[in-house]
Amino acid sequence: MKFGVLINEGPYQHQASDTAYKFIEAAIEEGHEIFRVFFYHDGVNNGTRLATPPQDDRHIPNRWTELAEKHDLDLVLCVAAAQRRGMVDEDEMKRNSKDANNIAGKFRISGLGQLIEAGIQADRMITFGD
Amino acid sequence: MEDQELESGIVKKFIYVNRKAPHGTIYAHEALEVVLIAAAFEQDVSLAFIDDGVYQLKKGQNTDGIATKNFTKTFGALEMYDVEKLYVEKESLEERGLSEDDLSVDVEVLASSDLKKLFNESEVFFNF
Repeated sequence: MKFGVLINEGPYQHQASDTAYKFIEAAIEEGHEIFRVFFYHDGVNNGTRLATPPQDDRHIPNRWTELAEKHDLDLVLCVAAAQRRGMVDEDEMKRNSKDANNIAGKFRISGLGQLIEAGIQADRMITFGD
Repeated sequence: MEDQELESGIVKKFIYVNRKAPHGTIYAHEALEVVLIAAAFEQDVSLAFIDDGVYQLKKGQNTDGIATKNFTKTFGALEMYDVEKLYVEKESLEERGLSEDDLSVDVEVLASSDLKKLFNESEVFFNF
């Protein structure tokens, strides 16, 4: 089965991102396909490369990057949600004249259309969040 | 944005379920942004309002005092986006002492059991 995944909550504050990560690992293990992982609301904060959690804790953004590298996942941060919350890639940095960017490897920023496309193309759309 | 047009030829039944109060958190506001973008994809779109989500449609909201954008005005423009199927759960209205007359847009009020049928018939379910 082809899954689309929507993550609506930020890292550490909420379990949604952890549960989605585990779901995706298990789904791939079972031979399913992940069409896209879309991060919305505070979920966009999962894509920061500037997080420094304590060493004895999981590193949520790095873990996403590693999973995406391993399985060629498409990790998309919503551009409107990202702009509000200061999540910036190279293009957004230039476009909005910012002095830095902070997006982690394998994440990309794009429009909400990517979420709707996932809804259309995937067999099941799964939401993680409140 | 260039990636927002998609001619897949597939039309699915999308339902956006709005469960939260309009202010206090950003969920309702950003949910409406999804609906507006989604309108460009020519899918079969329905909106449902349940629990505190029914407050999103309450008439006469004024957010001046909390300095947030009064996005609830946009519900009145949904018709222009061809988003015309708005359903409100009867029980949620009643529990909050509201009636259809308190709402800012035309809706169809459905009993919980009928709403459940609508959910079951939907293919893509977004929950905000």
